[in-house]
Amino acid sequence: MRIGTPKEIYPGETRVAMTPASAIELQKLGYECLIEKGAGDASRFSDQDYKDAGVKVVATAAALYKGVDIVAKVRPPEDIEVKRLRKGQTLVSFFYPAQNQALMNAANKKGAHVIAMDMVPRISRAQKMDALSSMANIAGYRAVMEAANNFERFFTGQITAAGKVPPAKILVVGAGVAGLAAIGAAQSMGAMVFAFDVRPEVAEQIESMGAEFVFLEFEEDQQDGAATGGYAAPSSPIFREKQLEKFRELAPDIDIVITTALIPGRDAPKLWLKDMVAAMKPGSVIVDLAAERGGNCDLTVADEKIVTDNGVTIIGYTDLPARMAAQSSTLYATNIRHMMTDLTPNKDGKLKHDMKDDVIRGATATYKGKITFPPPPPKIQAIAAQKPKAPEKTAEEIKAEEAAAALQAGKQQTMVLIGGGLLMLLIGAYAPASFMQHFIVFVLSCFIGFQVIWKVSHALHTPLMAITNAISGIIILGALLQIGGQGFIVTVLAGISILIATINIVGGFMVTNRMLQMFQKS
Amino acid sequence: MSAGIVTAAYIAASVLFILALGGLSDQEKAKRAVWFGIIGMAIAVFATVFGPGVGGWSYMILIPLMGVGAFLGATVAKRVEMTEMPQLVAALHSFVGLAAVFIGLNSDMVGTHGLTGAEVSIHEVEIFIGVFIGAITFTGSIIAYGKLAGKLDGKALILPGRHVLNGAAVVISLILLTLYMGGSGSWTLYLMLIIAFAVGAHLVAAIGGADMPVVVSMLNSYSGWAAAATGFLLGNDLLIVTGALVGSSGAILSYIMCKAMNRSFISVILGGFGGATGPAMEIDGEMIATDAATVAAQLEDASSVIIVPGYGMAVAQAQQSVSELTRRLRAKGKTVRFGIHPVAGRLPGHMNVLLAEAKVPYDIVLEMDEINDDFPETDVVMIIGSNDIVNPAAQEDPNSPIAGMPVLEVWKAKSVIVSKRGQGTGYSGIENPLFFKENTRMLYGDAKASLDQLLGLIS
Repeated sequence: MRIGTPKEIYPGETRVAMTPASAIELQKLGYECLIEKGAGDASRFSDQDYKDAGVKVVATAAALYKGVDIVAKVRPPEDIEVKRLRKGQTLVSFFYPAQNQALMNAANKKGAHVIAMDMVPRISRAQKMDALSSMANIAGYRAVMEAANNFERFFTGQITAAGKVPPAKILVVGAGVAGLAAIGAAQSMGAMVFAFDVRPEVAEQIESMGAEFVFLEFEEDQQDGAATGGYAAPSSPIFREKQLEKFRELAPDIDIVITTALIPGRDAPKLWLKDMVAAMKPGSVIVDLAAERGGNCDLTVADEKIVTDNGVTIIGYTDLPARMAAQSSTLYATNIRHMMTDLTPNKDGKLKHDMKDDVIRGATATYKGKITFPPPPPKIQAIAAQKPKAPEKTAEEIKAEEAAAALQAGKQQTMVLIGGGLLMLLIGAYAPASFMQHFIVFVLSCFIGFQVIWKVSHALHTPLMAITNAISGIIILGALLQIGGQGFIVTVLAGISILIATINIVGGFMVTNRMLQMFQKS
Repeated sequence: MSAGIVTAAYIAASVLFILALGGLSDQEKAKRAVWFGIIGMAIAVFATVFGPGVGGWSYMILIPLMGVGAFLGATVAKRVEMTEMPQLVAALHSFVGLAAVFIGLNSDMVGTHGLTGAEVSIHEVEIFIGVFIGAITFTGSIIAYGKLAGKLDGKALILPGRHVLNGAAVVISLILLTLYMGGSGSWTLYLMLIIAFAVGAHLVAAIGGADMPVVVSMLNSYSGWAAAATGFLLGNDLLIVTGALVGSSGAILSYIMCKAMNRSFISVILGGFGGATGPAMEIDGEMIATDAATVAAQLEDASSVIIVPGYGMAVAQAQQSVSELTRRLRAKGKTVRFGIHPVAGRLPGHMNVLLAEAKVPYDIVLEMDEINDDFPETDVVMIIGSNDIVNPAAQEDPNSPIAGMPVLEVWKAKSVIVSKRGQGTGYSGIENPLFFKENTRMLYGDAKASLDQLLGLIS
């Protein structure tokens, strides 16, 4: 089958859904690849690069749509693009079916099968095709770059000959993929990073990135992100109040705020209010990644950079991934390629649209003339449900437990000693003196054995076994003493014993020595 | 040579043996310590051979016998592969057991000259015990050898009513002992010998694959006690001392192995798993396969790597490839270390010896307790042929049969690569949730083949 990528026609869109590298992989799956002339220009992939990768370059979009069975693109199709679709053709792109009902109906009327890259369920197996995450990752990084570009000071604290520079303080609100990427980027530039999220389980992720989790004192049961597929859900009014209070307290100290808070299917929650902006120092920067959905900040203007009266810059760009087209295209094309891999289980260049597959079913918006959105919930939960934690033990409880254990151990030891002593007395009372002499030797040897063996390094347990094998060949002494004794059978048995005990002694020592010589220090 | 000088020689030998065992506390000291053992043994044998108990024509027999034995022992020691160490150790145990049996039988034939009253009874008990332990050690070791060498089925043989069988055998042996002491004749001893042979074989046959480290240590211990019993029998203190040293060594090894599996000695010896108290926790997620190219890239990016080898590495003979990979990664300035679980492999310390053979420096091979805290700071953990010893169910699922067993906490690392033959479960038959974790990737295939593929990609 043939797969093709047209040039994006949305103004300002620089990304492309197929790169020369991804085309090579798609060809390995058995597909023939086509691309519209100049589609990769904005991402710095020339037509010649595509040709070199074995991709056929087509002069016009119309010709491309006509010539392919699968269309892979970035943005949801424009009206003119929908018209070019035909029955049985598969479209793979961002689609946002919940927001684009009309578009979905139009595509369905055409009989096209739509796979929405934004609807890929968030389960482990689908991570490799999770285009939202890869774009969010870029957006998070770029947000820090935009902030740095507009922030007129260093990120990292420095002590220079010209004086001391404090580090920039950055607050990241919403620690999803974009938030975590922003934390990582800001952290590696040397800023002091604080982060907030309504899902307490991400605290660990935040801290693992090196940022400080802004902790909220709150009694009510906090949300468990697992219930909502790993996304945040709206919070209660009281919780929101607490949260805003915390932000208000932080605002005067923070130099840069990056907000990424989004709730699926809703407008962005307003978290950074007018008064907080007013409380910030002049020169501070706010980057609002939620601008497309109304913004987390009151003053955000989508697609624009504004400066407030008190000198705070607010950036509301919605095309952050497109501002890094080469990177975005590479990742997006790889996501598409992974999706195609799942759609081509036999690697024969034949698309197999398996509606029983959780991931493919989840992403499909229209199929065979029917609207299949919204999909049923996936069989596998995105994130394991949180387990209730056992209450932490207090210091006193631990101490008491330890004391009890020590007492118990002491009691046990005393009992063993008393028991052992009684046993000795019993043996001593009946056994003859000649036996007791040997018995002393035996007991003391056991004690020495225990003391010595405990100190043997674990790494040398095998040599230990081999050497004890060798020295237990000492049993040869018994056979040596018997061989001159009475009778033929006695001599034969003693002879065999001597033979095998010698094998033991020589073999055991030699193999021990061989092993020990192998242990080399670096 | 007078009896006094022989005793002096025995004292010297005892001291040298203790020094030999004590020297194993450290790799460098150990290289010297083994010579203490050899010298001690030479002194003891020399003193006995030329001492008062041996004389005349017996030299004609014993010197050629010892010559042949030494030749055989040396040949085996030179030829044995390090992966075959468990079988060799088991085979050597069986020799000690058999020798103890023969010496016991001989003592019975020689009779009780010059002993009176309680001494006779004690002598008879000593013969009985010596033969009993020796016989169990002998057949037990033979079965263990067969299992370890793959000549017998490694699975546990579970006979119906096996505890009753063992119990009955012990009771019958006790009855035979009283008969023997009552002067019923040597047939009681021979009958008991047959029963003990059966018990030894049955005991070990009932214990399966991964419990083998305990079995081998236990047999090690038995062979020591058999030597000690022989010492009592002959009134020879050197045998008693050595036997006690070996016996306690084996006992401690068994204890350490049991502790490492969170099982009691009794439950291992009696065989089979118990302790599952409810349905196993459900496992979310799925196993994600990866390929050599991705793993190579991961390793190239990592700055710290921990390798956790298991029995699978020994089976695939992959230790040389592991060593080569380690060398190359270290040459690139990465920290590469090994985490060894006490029961990894089929013999205590087996992995250490295999890695040492492949020239992995021993100072980067760490014990579980030394390395467990370092996993969260580790970029990549490679698991090669181990399963139960890295199973998080031991900590997370109280219903798991291995709940409470100390395990290597590999899942705390940033990413985990599991090299594994297929999707099956480990020895214990327990699902391993590690394979389903988000940061785990499965590298399917024979361990050696996978590693060689990796070596092709990492220069």
